[in-house]
Amino acid sequence: MTSAPSKLYADDVSLLVVSLDTNPFFWSTFSFPFSEFISHVLAFFNSILLLSQLNQIVVIATGCNSCSYIYDSSSDSNHSSEAVGMPALYSNLLQKLEEFVAKDEQLGKAQTPGAIASSLLSGSLSMALCYIQRIFRSGPLHPQPRILCLQGSPDGPEQYVAVMNAIFSAQRSTVPIDSCFIGSNNSAFLQQASYITGGIYYRPPQLDGLFQYLSMVFATDLHSRAFLRLPKSVGVDFRASCFCHKQTIDMGYVCSVCLSIFCEHHQKCSTCGSVFGQSQSAANL
Amino acid sequence: MSTGQVIKRAKYKTSLKDPGTDGVLKLTEEKLFFRPNDPTSNMKLEVDFKSIQSHRNTKEGSNKPPWLNLGHSQGNYIFELASYPDLNVCREFVGIALSRNKSGEAPPAISGEQLSPAEMELRIKLLREDSKLQKLHRELVASGKLTESEFWATRKKLLDKDESRKLKQRVGFKNSMIFDTKPMSDGRTNQVTFSLTPEIKNQIFALKPAVHQAFLNFVPSKMTEKDFWTKYFRAEYLHSTKNAVAAAAEAAEDEELAVFLKDDEILEKESRKKVRRVDPTLDMEADQGDDYTHLPDHGIFRDGSKEVSEAQHQLCRRTLLQDLNRQGAVVLEGRTLDSEMEHQRTVAEVLERTRHESDGDIEQERRNRISRMTQIEDLQEQGDHPFAPLCIKDPREYFDSQQANAVKTLDHSQAGMDQTRCNLSSEEAYGFLKVSISKIKTLGISDPLVSPEIASKVLAGLTKNISTSKYQYGKNSQESVLDILPNTTKEQLLDHWVCSQELLRHFWSSYPITTSNLNTKVNRLKDSISQMYSKLEEIKVSARSDMRHQVSLIVHPMQQVLDAALLHYDADKRKRNAKAQRLNGYA
Repeated sequence: MTSAPSKLYADDVSLLVVSLDTNPFFWSTFSFPFSEFISHVLAFFNSILLLSQLNQIVVIATGCNSCSYIYDSSSDSNHSSEAVGMPALYSNLLQKLEEFVAKDEQLGKAQTPGAIASSLLSGSLSMALCYIQRIFRSGPLHPQPRILCLQGSPDGPEQYVAVMNAIFSAQRSTVPIDSCFIGSNNSAFLQQASYITGGIYYRPPQLDGLFQYLSMVFATDLHSRAFLRLPKSVGVDFRASCFCHKQTIDMGYVCSVCLSIFCEHHQKCSTCGSVFGQSQSAANL
Repeated sequence: MSTGQVIKRAKYKTSLKDPGTDGVLKLTEEKLFFRPNDPTSNMKLEVDFKSIQSHRNTKEGSNKPPWLNLGHSQGNYIFELASYPDLNVCREFVGIALSRNKSGEAPPAISGEQLSPAEMELRIKLLREDSKLQKLHRELVASGKLTESEFWATRKKLLDKDESRKLKQRVGFKNSMIFDTKPMSDGRTNQVTFSLTPEIKNQIFALKPAVHQAFLNFVPSKMTEKDFWTKYFRAEYLHSTKNAVAAAAEAAEDEELAVFLKDDEILEKESRKKVRRVDPTLDMEADQGDDYTHLPDHGIFRDGSKEVSEAQHQLCRRTLLQDLNRQGAVVLEGRTLDSEMEHQRTVAEVLERTRHESDGDIEQERRNRISRMTQIEDLQEQGDHPFAPLCIKDPREYFDSQQANAVKTLDHSQAGMDQTRCNLSSEEAYGFLKVSISKIKTLGISDPLVSPEIASKVLAGLTKNISTSKYQYGKNSQESVLDILPNTTKEQLLDHWVCSQELLRHFWSSYPITTSNLNTKVNRLKDSISQMYSKLEEIKVSARSDMRHQVSLIVHPMQQVLDAALLHYDADKRKRNAKAQRLNGYA
């Protein structure tokens, strides 16, 4: 059916849901300043919106204690008059970001200083997927959604289960999760996410040219990706965390009913409640 | 005796007094055949060894001629052989055959196993054909690491395959059919010669169904085959001359000849049926143009002239295009049966029958196709899948992606695993972040955002990365890491790999150890595995310095699997010893 509305929605319209890492503990100790990072990212958003009139961007800020939507390009309340040296949409975003950071600080008053707290990746992924589901249900004509995680802080193994659940639901809705990881070591969660959902995981070696990396690797819509040779992942760390202690493990026990992972022998599975029998070797001895 | 049969010249005598008929005696494992040299004689014999009850023969030292006497329930078969050595050979063979039939099992072979000569022969043949298998066999069995039976136990599939693999393919029609079916003319004399083989007859029948029909109708009722073909080639010759008038004249005289000169009605009917079969709205291939017999002005005529014929000569004016089309269609359809049959008439009949049978199928197919085509895609509802479709990824991708992890563990270098600890309190950290945000609000975005040098470096890096990683890790389809190595090393590595695979297969299949037989086998295999391990170590050490890294990368997983096997052996042995000690302690 080639009716007029369908002509507007071509194959390459994309909805990009960005999960922006605003972990203050990470950014305060990182070599690349947050202000430069934000400027690269804002320019990247602008270029995405320039690619097609129907492209949409939604930005979710990922803090230590909460996550929140800070920008939606399709909403009408994008007019701010305090623009000095930058377009209106940027200032709106930054305004919301400031408010979010203040709120996050309020929530995290009881945090003890120590190792870098991890940002709530699972929370922002879930929020992204909810938004995408709403878009799916809005009608037959919708852009093709994908998720981009701009992450720097390390993984929190305690979020393993939630992150894996989010990844599997993304896989089921065929939403690719791309990850641009800025931190020092590779993030196992994001590698797995991109591997399972068919997205791209890339760790830019040179952060000065972050905008260049973003626009070369992550800007193309899903339809056009078939024609591009994007960087392949060099290795996926498939290690899981155990469900009892939330530590990363290489070898462990797996419940045969619900596939939950444990690092030591248990009598009963804590997820599904099935009772484990005695192992064969123990019986023979 | 490794061959399965014996063929010797012999004379067959029905009784001792009979002078005997000359012929050839053939002995196979099941039967005995005798065929006399004179084809008109009816002394042919075909006897099953099961019916032979006894065999006797004349002694060599005596003055009697070499006779072999096979007794059966009704009497004797006496064969006089050419010489005593021949007699000995036959006697041996008969003895084996009879003993096998009596006892019902194969005679014992050298290796102590019950092997029939056929199986032995099959094994030898397999070894001869596959040099790799032969090498493996030599290395493992000859040096005593595996016994013969164990070696072949895992290769049952090879042994079971039928030896006499008939050629499943059927030879189709030649592509030069038109030329075969034309008579050749000798330019000097007025004679036209043609040669006719059954093959050519089949081709003519396939190309021209009207001729086929005529053959069935006229032969042998109205004329002999030879006459038929003479008339056919006369018609062909008339076609090839430019003389339409002469053709018409001859056709008027001889009505059978006229058949060959008319339009091929059967072809017309067939092509009309074909056009009907096609749904013109959806299948663009076939259209009215297929009914080419009714387009006389299409293409060059066979006799080279280009003008449209006069209406009065209603004779067949075939064009080159029509002939080529017809040949193409026939070649693609292929043969429906083997043309090994001797009697030409039966062949013709069978062909006719098969053609009728296929029509019914075609109708059915057409109906199916129409019922399927009525669902036009645009009018269908969108098939909304509630589940994401199964995505079966290429397994190679997984292993490629794991390569980096493997390399990491090999190099024993953990790149920067230390976590930076944050010494700021939460207030300080948040304050820092807020300062950054307000900074960018005031400054705006810098111009240029990315300096040109950095941008070009990034561009070069990304594009280079795509192309070089392929060559480094040997993912190019034409090249692999093994090709970089020198030939001898490559061969050695491959041989060792195949060998260790075989050893490991036998090793792991012997666990859990239940009998003492398995125990000895496992011990034997463990020794050979340790030998293999040291051989691999040697290769690794002796590699050239620039190849050393690649070689160690390749050898590493091989050694790992051998390690796992050895570890398991040790652990299992310890467990068994502990158990034995405990039992002894109690006893």
